[in-house]
Amino acid sequence: MGKRTAATEVVAQKRSKSGGADRTKRPGAAGTPPQRLTEALPAEFANWFKVRGWLPRSHQLGLLERATKRTSTLLIAPTGAGKTLAGFLPSLVELSRRDRATLKGAGLNTLYISPLKALSVDIARNLETPIREMGLKIRCETRTGDTPASRRTRQRTKPPEILLTTPEQVALLLAHPDAPYLFADVRTVILDELHAISGSKRGDLLSLDLARLRTLAPELITIGLSATVASPSELRAYLVAQDAPDAMTRLADTVVAQPGAEPEIAILEADDPAPWSGHSALYAMASIYQAIKRHALTLVFVNTRMQAELIFQELWRVNEDGLRIALHHGSLDHGQRRKVEAAMAAGTLDAVVATSTLDLGIDWGDVDLVINVGAPKGSSRLLQRIGRSNHRLDEPSRAILVPGNRFEVLECRAALDAARAGVQDVALSRRGSLDVLAQHVLGMACQAPFAMDELFAEVRRASPYAWLQRATFDRIVDFVATGGYALKSYERFTKLRPEADGRLRVANGRIAQSYRMNAGTIVESPMIKVRLIGRGRLRGRGSSSRASTPLRPLTGGRVLGEVEEHFVEQLAPGQAFVFAGEVLRFEGLKETEAYVSRASASDPVVPSYAGGKFPLSTHLAERVRAMLHDREAWAHLPVPVAEWLALQGERSALPDASEVLVETFPRGGRHHMVVYPFEGRLAHQTLGMLLTRRLERAGVMPMGFVANDYGLSIWARGDIGAMIRSGSVPLAALFEEDMLGDDLESWLAESSLMKRTFRYCAVIAGLIERRHPGKEKSGRQVTMSTDLVYDVLMKHDPGHILLEAARADASTGLLDIGRLGDFLKRIRGAIVHKDLERVSPLSVPILLEIGREPVGTSGREDLLREAAEDLIRDAMGCE
Amino acid sequence: MLQLKPERLGINDFREQNVSICGKSFVADVSGALYWPAEKALIVADLHLEKGSSFAAKGQLLPPYDTRETLLQVAKAVDRFGAKTVVALGDSFHDRNAADRMPETELEKLRIMQDACEWIWVTGNHDPEIADQLGGFVVPELTVEGITLRHEPRGAWTTHEIAGHLHPAARIARDGFSLRRPCFIGNGVRLIMPAFGSYAGGLNVMDEAFEPLFGGDAFAVWMLGQEGLYPIATRLLRDD
Repeated sequence: MGKRTAATEVVAQKRSKSGGADRTKRPGAAGTPPQRLTEALPAEFANWFKVRGWLPRSHQLGLLERATKRTSTLLIAPTGAGKTLAGFLPSLVELSRRDRATLKGAGLNTLYISPLKALSVDIARNLETPIREMGLKIRCETRTGDTPASRRTRQRTKPPEILLTTPEQVALLLAHPDAPYLFADVRTVILDELHAISGSKRGDLLSLDLARLRTLAPELITIGLSATVASPSELRAYLVAQDAPDAMTRLADTVVAQPGAEPEIAILEADDPAPWSGHSALYAMASIYQAIKRHALTLVFVNTRMQAELIFQELWRVNEDGLRIALHHGSLDHGQRRKVEAAMAAGTLDAVVATSTLDLGIDWGDVDLVINVGAPKGSSRLLQRIGRSNHRLDEPSRAILVPGNRFEVLECRAALDAARAGVQDVALSRRGSLDVLAQHVLGMACQAPFAMDELFAEVRRASPYAWLQRATFDRIVDFVATGGYALKSYERFTKLRPEADGRLRVANGRIAQSYRMNAGTIVESPMIKVRLIGRGRLRGRGSSSRASTPLRPLTGGRVLGEVEEHFVEQLAPGQAFVFAGEVLRFEGLKETEAYVSRASASDPVVPSYAGGKFPLSTHLAERVRAMLHDREAWAHLPVPVAEWLALQGERSALPDASEVLVETFPRGGRHHMVVYPFEGRLAHQTLGMLLTRRLERAGVMPMGFVANDYGLSIWARGDIGAMIRSGSVPLAALFEEDMLGDDLESWLAESSLMKRTFRYCAVIAGLIERRHPGKEKSGRQVTMSTDLVYDVLMKHDPGHILLEAARADASTGLLDIGRLGDFLKRIRGAIVHKDLERVSPLSVPILLEIGREPVGTSGREDLLREAAEDLIRDAMGCE
Repeated sequence: MLQLKPERLGINDFREQNVSICGKSFVADVSGALYWPAEKALIVADLHLEKGSSFAAKGQLLPPYDTRETLLQVAKAVDRFGAKTVVALGDSFHDRNAADRMPETELEKLRIMQDACEWIWVTGNHDPEIADQLGGFVVPELTVEGITLRHEPRGAWTTHEIAGHLHPAARIARDGFSLRRPCFIGNGVRLIMPAFGSYAGGLNVMDEAFEPLFGGDAFAVWMLGQEGLYPIATRLLRDD
């Protein structure tokens, strides 16, 4: 390539401290523009490019060409390829020539939708430069939850030419009676980071909104911007109306940008070998610190907030040079995060420890190194993160992977190979969820009365809902109207009433108000605000059971951020924990706020972090399995890890990529069965639950199990190995696919996972209101009541559509049933059993998880029983 | 780490717990009901019948089966103990119009139970009046053998009292898990019963509302599980 081009320079100029100007004058930059450029670009644009000495990239022109022909298009480009300017170029060109007299409505021309509001703000800033320098009369505004109410009202009647917003805001605008006027002139809808949103409930909502936008503005085209994905056809289908969903799937056109320079990725070689288990990578802290020292600005990515806190703490412990190291994660206070972002942009930081809050394409600062701590879990994720470094396409990104344990060494190696091969994870085919559809139906009724036939047809034009049956749609409308219960007792409370022509309208204004307060699909785990107060304001630690009740009320204090409710629930007053980079002492909880003071404990209590937040991707799992068997690949592994695998080969077996290894051995008076599917933690937990049920029936007396991303171990009183050998417990039968039938059903019915999933569905579908006009309802109260509702509904109306929706969600999301099913199919006749006399090398990391990772499924009754037995022992003087 | 159940059964069958109030013996039941063997009386607090339809009228269409479920559980408890009297300890109906919304099938269920045993409605703040069509005797409070059954507990230090109204619930945290369940809370001379209704929520016993009733920590708590009723040491209790 060698030619500097537009989009990257917009960014580079803004932030480069020294050489912005001379970069633009590199040799080659001022070559003659191709003939097409002058044809496609109006004079002021061509001139603007020329003055800057830039050439539009071929994908930018390609997109412009398709937009001119009014063809919806997916642009696939790696980070730093100038995707954003490419996406906006057609709109800017069109708007520069637009005649306002031709407008039918409010004049809104381009809608830009991104999953992160920070992204919208960032993009708006980057668009200002070309608009200003070309002297274009184009107004470009953002609209997010933070936009002041007065501006939001004005945007509905006098919108800008370009509006940058989020899927939730679009849904709200579409539910407003003004929607037809507001959207009548929309010509282009740009969907940024489409790969990150299309496979989620937010993506479902957005697809339905797109379907409605097409009804309001039939001529609009969509431009999807996406990172490289293995099978783009799902995204292409998402971008266009599915006019004949039963006959064929329509696809958008694609433009693929040329890949940039190869990333330079290495696995960290620390002085100490990677430990057997754990994810914290503490062993590597000194090496990470040295790497930070050698670079200008380093981003240290981790998988969870807890990990971020821990690593931040450890880096400061070794920070002898006073490097400026900051922390950035989603639970920190908004203001604090903005401060870190500003400092990054200003170049006053040396390193930032961050979670996925920085993952998506936000463009800040001159990052020249990315360190990924823990396994990246998927190669798309890895590339996305590496993309943060050197945000210029023709300079290689630099990244270091730091595995947390031995299995993660294998995973990092696999991710690295995948990244080099340019292969990314496959987006799975998705069926739009029914709770989102219910929310959309109510929103559409709030906009204007609708006809069932028309709305059904419109919904099916959204690719995630192309599968939808009319009967299911009718049930959803019935659910929205009267709750959809088998017992028809709410007809008089119906939310949708028919008009004379049969169209359905909302029964009263309060319903629309309630919809506006509750729309959206993000149901966070209830969050608790953390407030810092001085210790002097509280009494010392009391010894009574009411120690948490302070003498003086818990009030005031600065907000440090928010933590998940379940985390606070584990804390007892007086315990220390790490948050916002400080060691804090938990003082007490009042309503939805946790009060903390500064602690001085030298060894802070960092609660054990329950494994990776993201499961291992299918694609990486395959590579890890292949690597196990391929001795030549071991040459690329650190010596201790290669030795470990060799020992496993001697003592037990190394299964090939198509097999699954099952080991049995006695240990500590119990019998263990270890299985290595490499299918990710969720699928393994589900497999563990189902296998223990079967083993229980077979009389093996299982006592418990643990699972991690790579495998699972079940331990029992009975000699599993002997029983498998003798044939009394046939392995093939144990792993029969039919476990996903009845066993799964009966387990799900009693599992708390289902209750949690149901809570999400109930809130999204609008059965339970998060906010009620006139009074605030906190998430904590919601949890309580949906559990009660779930129990009653399961018992008296088990076929209810919301239970159906929750079951579908649990199967895909929390349980990974699909993946488990594929696994069981794959290993039929390919199970390798090794009955060993002692622990195998490969099983050590899994066994070390015992006692560390709770499996949060059943066992709730046990909690009570144990607590009660405690009391009995207390009373009998046993302890 | 998950430990499976069977090995730990057997120390105690937690299904029922004996509770003594001012020398009288009661049996607290896993359902949340309290049985008084000497009087053959079953006491249930805060049924909140027709809470679902009350929400539906305001736009939240909760499943309309709460009354069915609650009455089913009352009937089961009556059968299990062979009770001759049922005392509903106030807030039996979620609002004043609840009876009008109650389906005929549920009214019928109520009448069948009332044919078999004496039925006493103690009034509460949600149901200060009970419609005639609902049968039974209606009283503001009831004193039997020196023990007073009333809806709302007396504010200060009181003895010889069984009450509801507060919907007591307790939360414990252990090994990284937290569990919040309805509970009985008592101190030997007074007892507050959990809400029996299938849609009734709970108030944590660590809330200040319980402070004047039990002051300090001289109280006992029995948490309701799925299979049993568990006495829990007060030191394990947590705020919400």
